[in-house]
Amino acid sequence: MRIRCLLIANRGEIAARLARTCRRLGIETVLAASEADLDSVPALLADRVVRLGPSAPQASYLSVAAVVAAATATGADAVHPGYGFLAESPALASACAQRGLVFVGPSAAHLRLLSDKVKARSEAAKAGLPVLPGGEVETLAGAESLSDEIGLPVLVKAAGGGGGRGMRLVREQGELAGALELASTEAREAFDDPRVYLERYVKRARHVEVQLLGDGADVVHAGDRDCSVQRRYQKLIEEAPAPDLPEELGDDMRGAAVRFARHLRYSSLGTVEFLVDPDRGEYYFLEVNPRIQVEHPVTEMVSGLDLVAEQLSLAEGNPLRLRQEEIELCGHAVECRVNAEDPARGFEPAPGVVGRAVFPAGEGIRVETALQAGTAVHPWYDSLVAKLVTAGADRSEAIRRLRGALDRCRIEGIATTLGLCRSLVASDELSAGAVDTGWLARFVAAGSGQLDGRPCGAGEAIRG
Amino acid sequence: MNLSPEDVDEILKILDGSGYDELHLDTGRLALTLRREAGGWTSQQLLTNRERVADGPRPDNAGGSDAPREHAVAGDSRRAGAPPEGLLAVLAPLPGVFYRAPKPGAPPFVDVGGRVEADTVVGLIETMKLMNAIPAGSKGSVEEIATRNGDVAAKGDVLMWLRPDVS
Repeated sequence: MRIRCLLIANRGEIAARLARTCRRLGIETVLAASEADLDSVPALLADRVVRLGPSAPQASYLSVAAVVAAATATGADAVHPGYGFLAESPALASACAQRGLVFVGPSAAHLRLLSDKVKARSEAAKAGLPVLPGGEVETLAGAESLSDEIGLPVLVKAAGGGGGRGMRLVREQGELAGALELASTEAREAFDDPRVYLERYVKRARHVEVQLLGDGADVVHAGDRDCSVQRRYQKLIEEAPAPDLPEELGDDMRGAAVRFARHLRYSSLGTVEFLVDPDRGEYYFLEVNPRIQVEHPVTEMVSGLDLVAEQLSLAEGNPLRLRQEEIELCGHAVECRVNAEDPARGFEPAPGVVGRAVFPAGEGIRVETALQAGTAVHPWYDSLVAKLVTAGADRSEAIRRLRGALDRCRIEGIATTLGLCRSLVASDELSAGAVDTGWLARFVAAGSGQLDGRPCGAGEAIRG
Repeated sequence: MNLSPEDVDEILKILDGSGYDELHLDTGRLALTLRREAGGWTSQQLLTNRERVADGPRPDNAGGSDAPREHAVAGDSRRAGAPPEGLLAVLAPLPGVFYRAPKPGAPPFVDVGGRVEADTVVGLIETMKLMNAIPAGSKGSVEEIATRNGDVAAKGDVLMWLRPDVS
């Protein structure tokens, strides 16, 4: 089915980004906006705006009923959930299907399977992908014998979801009972699902993921991304391709991701996340993200693809438009996320009204944002306010461009992580090559960063 | 008129080869400023509304720290204007949604008449998906709950009033 009118059921930078691709493709857009977002930048970019509900996301962006009602009332024939909110909701996917609306994402059945991390893990193992030693545990005795088998330290993880919630590190056998209890309680509260599983803990791990496109029969990949620069499981810097990956390991991992999506008969855009253990030279399946991801622009910069356009085409039921050999990856791209948080105050959220907003522009630079002067950054939603993405012929050129781009970026009126981004991107460790997922926390703890998140005043010199 | 990022790139290519350091474009709907700086170009864009009506007051607009909006009515007991005699205010340290209990359905952290120590958690403020615990700040008893469970608090709003112990 041809999509003529798309309901964008999201906000912020991703809503603006979706509207731009639709404009280029000649698809009419309706932005489903909460009360707080009715005059946001995405609302100005969309062809039409419909009031989705009050500012509180539970009654707007997280309400399946509100999203479906907005689509029906405006005559939209498809719904794009973006990322976060209802992007991975089987309930929204099946509600759309029932009303003849195209859900821009995989099937409800795939979303259900992949949201269960234990099931996804065993499905991946069935498809021959390496998984970390571990498995679901129901009793303390079972957990003790499994952790004996795996060897300490182990991670206790929630079956119902990620984001670090319901996750506990166990270094000694004595900590296991308490960790199980805490993880299970947290998992029940966050995901309404108390089930937990154990996995061997890898101390110096990298987070590498593979971008996939599938049409239900065939699957292609658009290369990998490294997202190891994280704090509390929130990514801050991402790049494509993943640097310093042994060629054979990279080939194997991308092949494994494609094999898994074929095994699932996956249809849509998706990402397979892997943990890479550089010391052992191994990779392990972690989970599948069945949606467009925040960091997708780095893949677009090196592949020349518009992933949202491909995602829309797949949602229309078209076969893949590209064969694997037609996807050419060229150069290197780096993205850093700018959040409305104050690193000097323990990354305290910093909502407020934006004064001046100056962004870098020019060759090899892409800025994804919904900020402009006067934009209110609301306490209701995620703190991501901008993504600065740069590309170059190689990694060092991309990083050099990002440094320059960050120096020319000024967001006044609210505290942001811009200063921290500048320090990270200027650091020798990052320039030297791949880092592990603990690097950012060590960097912050060592006070290496310019942690002051306060916006610089007019006329104040920008760090060079 | 909307300019796509590709349009802006095209304009920059033309400017790059010219002697100009600055460009202002104003279409009534879009104001764009491109400026050449030491390290490269910067862009400032301002999209404005054509025909969309500025609808009335938005009751649940939280605003920023310097923009206490609709709920900041004069005389509202939540504003820390004139504190009732002998009472201390527990203020919202940052804007967000105020919760009196650790989770929906659970009993509140404290109630009127309840005893608190300085570090007793009296509520939570959810801001940008993060829960921030709010300590009482002084030893005493809870005199009045000034912000209802689930309501939006601006930074500096009074969440509750405490009667401090006389020492």
